Amino acid sequence: MAQILGGITTSHIPAVGNAIDKGLQDDPYWKPFFDGYPKVHAWIKEHKPDYVVNIYNDHGLGFFLDRMPTFAIGAAHEYRNEDEGWGLPELPPFPGAPELSWHIIESMVEDEFDITSCQELAVDHGFVVPMQLFWPGAPNNPDMPRAVPISANTVQHPIPTLKRALDFGKALGKALRSFPEEAKVVILGTGGLSHQLDGARAGFINKEFDQYCLKNIVSNPEELTKISRMELVEKAGAQGTEFLMWMMMRGALGDEVTEITRNYHIPISNTAAGTLLLECAA
Amino acid sequence: MVQHSHDYHIDIPGTTVFDGRMAMKGYPLNKMCYDFNRAENREGFRADPEGWMEAYGLREEQRQAIRDNDILGMIEEGGNIYYLAKLAGIFKLSVQDVGGMQTGRTREEFQAFLASQA
Ligand SMILES: [Fe+2]
Repeated sequence: MAQILGGITTSHIPAVGNAIDKGLQDDPYWKPFFDGYPKVHAWIKEHKPDYVVNIYNDHGLGFFLDRMPTFAIGAAHEYRNEDEGWGLPELPPFPGAPELSWHIIESMVEDEFDITSCQELAVDHGFVVPMQLFWPGAPNNPDMPRAVPISANTVQHPIPTLKRALDFGKALGKALRSFPEEAKVVILGTGGLSHQLDGARAGFINKEFDQYCLKNIVSNPEELTKISRMELVEKAGAQGTEFLMWMMMRGALGDEVTEITRNYHIPISNTAAGTLLLECAA
Repeated sequence: MVQHSHDYHIDIPGTTVFDGRMAMKGYPLNKMCYDFNRAENREGFRADPEGWMEAYGLREEQRQAIRDNDILGMIEEGGNIYYLAKLAGIFKLSVQDVGGMQTGRTREEFQAFLASQA
């Protein structure tokens, strides 16, 4: 059976991809952010996951408002990015793992999660930037695992509740642990932390709330399910609702986790950037 | 009696909750912007913005907000920032530029405001 090694969260700001392209890791603006990653790299090198389940939120590339799935799971042989309207570099495809995707979909629908399955899915910066952060040169990295993308809707309300996100993760964890292959899996939760791009409150960041979330997500994620969705918009900012991805990731890890590293830095672009690596009990 | 059983609207100053109501209002504007994912559509808009807005059936208020570079106006007209970001891309505006435009700050002032929250 497959084993979940742990989960890694990170912000997925498009400007990070640009900074990587330009090699700005040691630039004074970027250094406090990129300093959060060497420990993650070392952990990945040590454990070498075979699969990566990348939980992100599409921002208007893979999905539009004509059909907006609340939870979508990629089931393709490969995943391509696009320029997203900004001329982002188009990368070679990320290898998929359709047999694992369908196993997850079967298991989760049996557990009463209604999934949209996607045999074609363009992946945006929410998926790509974390891959580039964790596997430098991705997808051209010799350790690049095969990927299963999972996208949750945070574009249009109603968005999932924090409880639903955590429960989704629990069902995902069950699905992964029943995959009949000796394989190691890492789960990403990308996005956040607090930020708001739109409106007269644009630029809003909430350090205190982020610290509360960071603290509780490690050992007491149930506590965070008390936060209502409107409270999340109010306290994390309109786009800080991406914290749902962290909740989904966390649910999959089980009760006992060990924190390997964390980083928190304000600001990167318009965002409070957070990184967290949690290892599952063996 | 109205049962407020949903986690629905609370008033958050300076924040528009992009829900079904806003998504319906903004549909043609957002659809046009979503299609800017493709370079040929960006070129089409650049060559003939009025014709392009007509083709997507934007309402007059939406067209005027675009003519005026009025981001808050676009949001009021149902624009969603993730799609509007692709329109901003055509004009080479960063999210800090867009943040400044919405809050009456220069780009530098907006960046200083972000850093002040560290
Ligand atoms: Fe995002």
